[in-house]
Amino acid sequence: MLVARIVGTVVATRKDPRLVSSKLLVVRPIDAKGKADGNPLVAIDTVDAGVGETVLVVSGSSARMASGLKDCPVDAAIIGVIDTITVSE
Amino acid sequence: MNLARVIGTVVVTRKDENLAQTTLLLVQPLTEARQPVGRPLVAVDSVGAGVGEEVFFVRGKEASFPFHPVEPPVDAGIVGIVDHWHVEA
Repeated sequence: MLVARIVGTVVATRKDPRLVSSKLLVVRPIDAKGKADGNPLVAIDTVDAGVGETVLVVSGSSARMASGLKDCPVDAAIIGVIDTITVSE
Repeated sequence: MNLARVIGTVVVTRKDENLAQTTLLLVQPLTEARQPVGRPLVAVDSVGAGVGEEVFFVRGKEASFPFHPVEPPVDAGIVGIVDHWHVEA
């Protein structure tokens, strides 16, 4: 899973019917120090996250196993809001 | 599967219901010379690994298989703790 920060929202009116009533957010992967790292991506929110929060993003077919996303055409889902990351290197 | 070192822990209170009671660890993939390579990622632990240990982890939907019949939405999972490994030069 990726650690990412939510940087924005996406509004899409015309979309796959299975995405109706899904909340789409723009997330930016971050490294262990909190610095943005990599390109932003669109993820479905399943945990009521909001802009500015640090979240856990699951990608690939595993995203469909998130709550309420069975058989949905998604490849990235927000599955948790991160409280703390402790790195001991 | 990839070899990695566990470098940290991740605390997530608000999360997918199928992630309850799982342990999330930050892992750093390694080269054959045990040097860090690529971005660290969050992996779910099914073998009781801890910070500082060398492990191997699986990517993709298979990461959820150790928790069968529960299907946590995870795309990386630690499935073994490495006792020792050696690569011919």
